[in-house]
Amino acid sequence: MNHLPQAWGRPRDDVYGAYDASYLQSNGPNQHTQSPIVTGTSVVALKFKDGVVIAADNLASYGSLARFTDVKRLRTFADTSVVGFGGDVSDMQYLDRLLNSLDTEEAYSTSGHTLNAKNLHTYLAKVFYKRRSDFNPLWNQVLVAGLDGEGKPFLASADLLGTTFSSPSLATGFGANLAQPLLRKVAPDEEAASKLSQEQALEAVKESMKVLFYRDARSLDKYSIAVVTKDGIDLKEDEKLEKQSWAFADQIRGYGTQVN
Amino acid sequence: MAAMFSQNPLMNGPNYSFNQAPTTASGNKQHGFYPYTDNGGSTLAISGNDFTIIAGDTRSTSGYNINTRYAPKVFKIGGTTDSQDDATLVLSVVGFAADGHALKERLDAIVKMYRYQHGKPMSVKACAQRLSTILYGKRFFPYYVTAILGGLDEDGKGAVYSYDPVGSYEREQCRAAGAAASLIMPFLDNQVNFKNQYMPGIGEGHALAEREKIPLPRNEVEDLVKDAFDSAVERHIEVGDGLLMMIITKDGIEEIFKPLKKD
Repeated sequence: MNHLPQAWGRPRDDVYGAYDASYLQSNGPNQHTQSPIVTGTSVVALKFKDGVVIAADNLASYGSLARFTDVKRLRTFADTSVVGFGGDVSDMQYLDRLLNSLDTEEAYSTSGHTLNAKNLHTYLAKVFYKRRSDFNPLWNQVLVAGLDGEGKPFLASADLLGTTFSSPSLATGFGANLAQPLLRKVAPDEEAASKLSQEQALEAVKESMKVLFYRDARSLDKYSIAVVTKDGIDLKEDEKLEKQSWAFADQIRGYGTQVN
Repeated sequence: MAAMFSQNPLMNGPNYSFNQAPTTASGNKQHGFYPYTDNGGSTLAISGNDFTIIAGDTRSTSGYNINTRYAPKVFKIGGTTDSQDDATLVLSVVGFAADGHALKERLDAIVKMYRYQHGKPMSVKACAQRLSTILYGKRFFPYYVTAILGGLDEDGKGAVYSYDPVGSYEREQCRAAGAAASLIMPFLDNQVNFKNQYMPGIGEGHALAEREKIPLPRNEVEDLVKDAFDSAVERHIEVGDGLLMMIITKDGIEEIFKPLKKD
């Protein structure tokens, strides 16, 4: 008979080995996000003459399972900015709540909204950097699109490590490999981007989304796309990829010598 | 862990707390998250008689991808205005860009506060010491950056201070840091400090006379910086796109941007 209460009703150590009680401990290391679970793939964006185009597909994957096919990954902020989220979806939803409360707090200020896309990007970058420094990261890479303090098109990235950068075109995840080269052909530098029309920018971004659907196994043909200009945000959340090219496929047979 | 549920309180205490529950079965918990990354790039600083040049390329990378072709690594520190045009100090940071940015913001705020509290701009020497303590303050979770601080000392001479990630620092004539440091530094040893250069036709062996060490004029240093980066761009994939130079003189800080190869 064991008289110690913490051993009662437990499997015997000498038979089953030591009981794993690590989850009972309060003085061990905290469990933080170690890896993303439900994930969104690329976000792509491109600056043009008087604004920014940004797009992301509507898929949230659970590993290789295309689990949620109607998840909107573009979020508008204060009718002036759009944030596109890649990476963990629960962390995206947390950030969404965080931005909602920021929105509310801002509305209390006497002058109404003062946060432009640049300020919003700084805020998000600080949140990301603080969380990575606490070893408790928000597993996302986000693109912030809108206008800066001078009313010029603004586009910048922030990620789970707090790394930030800005460029005439940006793409996260798989898009950094596939979309970015296509977008850089359209806008190699800031000067080229400042000469692009809205139609050209839209076409380039839509073309990138199509290439990503062809080649990214975690992508979807339904996507959201937003155009931010000084006149506001034009957000479409149920777009479908057009004019895909598959007709060549029935000409391809075998892996080498097969004739028909 | 046999003693875990021993009936002898003297052996390992009264045995009533879950804190004494076994931990061996679970093994070590490992964090999958790594808080650092390398954003590539290279920086370079050379001090002259009455000026200091600090330069850095503007490419930011992650792996084989280019994040952007224009992300400056060289910053004016401690000016009174938003544009920092009355600043007298320049900081360059290369390594992990997020840490670099955080470090720059911190140092800038501190130098601004110094001016506010003491009514005079901070000297390079003082700022150099302060930067060291900032870096050492994160000794066990370091800022993953190689910093170089530049300015003019009390005598108006060019001053360059270089750091390691945890705050070791020294004043130097010249220093290269970052991805291509090992490519640039030997070139500087030879061309700035005239290492291994001897007077022509003087003699052999112990009779060799070293070339006289005279500080280089500004235009020559500017050319040297451009040449150093041009050759680094050829030989290191993380360096390229653009070169941002800041030249500190008694008249202020001059900014020069030059394109580099984008491949």
